[in-house]
Amino acid sequence: MAIVETRKLTKVFKQGQPGAVNHVDLETREGEFLVFLGPSGSGKTTLLRMIAGLETPTSGEILIGGNVVNHLPPRERRIAMVFQSYALYPHLTVYQNIVFPLKAQKVKKELHKQKVEWASALLGIGRLLDRKPRELSGGERQRVALARAIVREPSVFLLDEPLSNLDAKLRASAREELEQFQKRVGTTTIYVTHDQVEAMAMGDRVVVLNQGTVRQIGTPQEVYDQPADTFVATFLGSPPMNLLETDDLIVGFRPERFLPSGLVAGSGSTDEIASRMKTEHLLLADVGKRVPLRFRVEYIEYLGAERILYGALEGGRFPGKAVASRIPSGVTERYEANSVHDFIVPESELKFFDRASEKRVAPKAIPWQ
Amino acid sequence: MVSGTGRRVFGGLVHALVLMAFSVLLAFPFYWMLITIFKRTNDLYNLQNNPFKFNEKPTLEHLQLLFHDTLYLRWVANTAFVGAIVVLITLVLAVPAAYALARLTGRWGERLGIAIFLTYLVPPTLLFIPLSRLVAILGLQDSLWSLIVVYPSFTVPFSIWLLMGFFKSIPRELEDAAMVDGLTRFGAFVKLVVPISVSGILTVVIFSFTLVTQEFVYALTFISSEAHQMVGVGVPIFLVRGDVYYWGSLMAACLITSLPIALLYNLFLDRFIAGFTVGAVK
Amino acid sequence: MAMTNRKLGVLMFSPAIIYVLAVVGVPFVLAFVYAVGDVKIASVGYHYVGLANFRSVLESPTFRRSLYDSIIFTVGTQVVVLVGSTVLSLALKDRFTGRGFIRFLILLPWVAPVSLGTIGWKWILDSIYSVINWVLVHLHFVRPFDTPMWLGEPTLAMISVIGVESWRLLPFSTVILLAGLTAIPRDIPEAAAVDGAGFWRTLFQITIPMILPIVNVAILFGVIFVFTDMTVVYILTRGGPYDTTQVLPSLAFFTGILGSDLAEGAAISIFLVPILVAVAYFMLRVASRAEVG
Ligand SMILES: Nc1ncnc2c1ncn2[C@@H]1O[C@H](COP(=O)(O)OP(=O)(O)O)[C@@H](O)[C@H]1O
Ligand SMILES: [Mg+2]
Repeated sequence: MAIVETRKLTKVFKQGQPGAVNHVDLETREGEFLVFLGPSGSGKTTLLRMIAGLETPTSGEILIGGNVVNHLPPRERRIAMVFQSYALYPHLTVYQNIVFPLKAQKVKKELHKQKVEWASALLGIGRLLDRKPRELSGGERQRVALARAIVREPSVFLLDEPLSNLDAKLRASAREELEQFQKRVGTTTIYVTHDQVEAMAMGDRVVVLNQGTVRQIGTPQEVYDQPADTFVATFLGSPPMNLLETDDLIVGFRPERFLPSGLVAGSGSTDEIASRMKTEHLLLADVGKRVPLRFRVEYIEYLGAERILYGALEGGRFPGKAVASRIPSGVTERYEANSVHDFIVPESELKFFDRASEKRVAPKAIPWQ
Repeated sequence: MVSGTGRRVFGGLVHALVLMAFSVLLAFPFYWMLITIFKRTNDLYNLQNNPFKFNEKPTLEHLQLLFHDTLYLRWVANTAFVGAIVVLITLVLAVPAAYALARLTGRWGERLGIAIFLTYLVPPTLLFIPLSRLVAILGLQDSLWSLIVVYPSFTVPFSIWLLMGFFKSIPRELEDAAMVDGLTRFGAFVKLVVPISVSGILTVVIFSFTLVTQEFVYALTFISSEAHQMVGVGVPIFLVRGDVYYWGSLMAACLITSLPIALLYNLFLDRFIAGFTVGAVK
Repeated sequence: MAMTNRKLGVLMFSPAIIYVLAVVGVPFVLAFVYAVGDVKIASVGYHYVGLANFRSVLESPTFRRSLYDSIIFTVGTQVVVLVGSTVLSLALKDRFTGRGFIRFLILLPWVAPVSLGTIGWKWILDSIYSVINWVLVHLHFVRPFDTPMWLGEPTLAMISVIGVESWRLLPFSTVILLAGLTAIPRDIPEAAAVDGAGFWRTLFQITIPMILPIVNVAILFGVIFVFTDMTVVYILTRGGPYDTTQVLPSLAFFTGILGSDLAEGAAISIFLVPILVAVAYFMLRVASRAEVG
């Protein structure tokens, strides 16, 4: 087990061009599942490869277990890595693939069989040991890659989008398994993905990256509920947070908090509320102060469990501003294109960002009319 | 890749040394040709002289001899002539055949393609004896036309093979779209596939031409008179008078002929290699 | 639709197939016919003589010597080329400045006409004015006036033709292997590095096994090219001294064309066929495996 730390880590591929990774400071916790999340090209892979020792940093330090490892080759960093393509050795059988790191690390020969069996049992691939990688399905390959990674009991796991080659259904179950597996072995893990669902579901903490810089580090709940800036606010959540620009502020609220006023406790007569409670249409209990907004619905996406309404605000301070609302399909209210409705946002759900720096700031009262 | 700094420096040194050793070993004869061309005869044949430097003033006498007193230019012209016509024949035969085998005839077309490729392996040194007789029967002995008839035997099979790979890499939808838009299959081939494949066809042109310039056995066998020789045979055989080698002129002929061909070949190398790897590299 | 496609296809490939059959198939068959007949360059008739030509060929010490030389020549060249091209292709694998130029230099022997490159060597290996000998003398490895006769002494002559043939083939083999090396996905050696493998382990357990199919291709082409080549031998030594560098193709040329005995020349060249068949067989296996995998 070990802690991975980076200090002002920077990678510039071509002199004069912006860095792929810029001044990244981060520190894992013992046994943590840390996720690097960011859009494609944000430098996640480069950051991970520097930690692995596959890429030489332009500047900055990498520490594993408290020691600077910049000068160490990958094999001396006590890490294991699972590549996006799995990088299984195509000419070797599954057994030979898994035993390869043991041989390379000069583990005693007597232990090989036992360790391979332990790793393959842990991942349920015991019956595949004689096959070649090309005879395996995507899910099986991924397990073999994991088995090869754990077999020498590394102090850190590095995984670069290991699920992105699987189909959607397999991906969900593999995610689950991978998470369980990590909890069981308890090895510090860094996991790269561009998929926010994956990041939220698996990560103990999430590092949100954009253009090579860290935008926020926090638990899934923190990055979702308290985004550090507008990038994080809009990168997470689907549809992204609604943003309204004022003179020196940007006000944001999530689509699932932008709701028909009739469906929020405290907005109708007591009778009405009682009847709605019965039909489970009530979405928010008493939320305190709320901001009323008029919403012209333009089109509707039906997603099964929920509906997404896209449209624009009417009147008020932000006429014509495009916004979206996400409401459960259980709400039977009908919304048609070009109809105008009374919506509200609980004031406690408003996020405020400085317009210049785009960083989040303390809530302020702003005039809505 | 990261490793200890010392080891990296050492690795870099070994790398540079390997490259240097091979470059010198492989390119040395051409360097030596270059030096020899401009050396005076006395300088060449004096054992006391350091052969790596000019002990007497450089001279153009060997070049003059080559261009004025030998048939070198004639041989070059012969080679160009044969090369041009062989390229033409190769294109006419190989382009449609490759397309047909790649696209129109399904699985057994593929098999036939491999069979044709295998004929490329049949060497001139197996065929030249019967061919010399056939050439005589056709009355083509000592004529450039004998070479023009025979050379497609190795340019066509390999060109078909190269072009098959090329045509297969063109998305089928492109032709389908052209046919939906009103072209016939053959029309799609002529108006769409051929223009798209210009670079593949150019590869075949260069490849066939350089093969013609490199051929030795057939030209040596079929052509007897000095005036009808190809450059690849004329230089090593006819530039030697009796037992006397005119090394300066010989080296000039070698270098002047080799360099343009080498440059041309080098440009298209990657495509030839794709043909040679028989699909063992994806 | 399928029918017209197929008809059109047959129409388009027939000319090429017919031509190739005429200029490769017909002489190929004739080679066998001649080998069991009595054709001479000047004669017109043909009489079947059975295996007489083969018998006389097999009894000839020159032929046996040539067969032996051919094998030494082919195997020797393959060994040199394989080792050299493996090292060289590994050195050329990664990008570095000047790689294009170095690649051009290294390719020269392959892309220049073989007869002309060989004549360059003939000058370098000259019996009196060899630059190699000059260097050896000046490094005091050999005494002046007692320098090696590179092309005049049997063992040295064989070493020389093997050397020149290797020089000629090395670039070809190198670029083939290079194609195999560049096709290895970058993350495979990286995974090996993370797994703890050093340079040699990665080389012998990952890289070389992975390019083995392509190494096979290089060997197969190499065997064909060398075993059937007569140019290097013809220009450097004419098979001499005393037929000690005579190979089957050059012997077939001297017997069949210069000696006017077409039948016996054909019989000699027939001995190339077993190697051709073997190479064709293995080539097909490589091709079909590439198709499946
Ligand atoms: N080897 C390289 N050479 C030059 N630029 C690179 C290299 N690898 C990555 N980059 C660039 O660095 C940036 C970050 O890439 P990467 O780390 O792969 O992003 P991600 O994994 O987040 O998609 C991209 O702009 C990419 O083009
Ligand atoms: Mg990536």
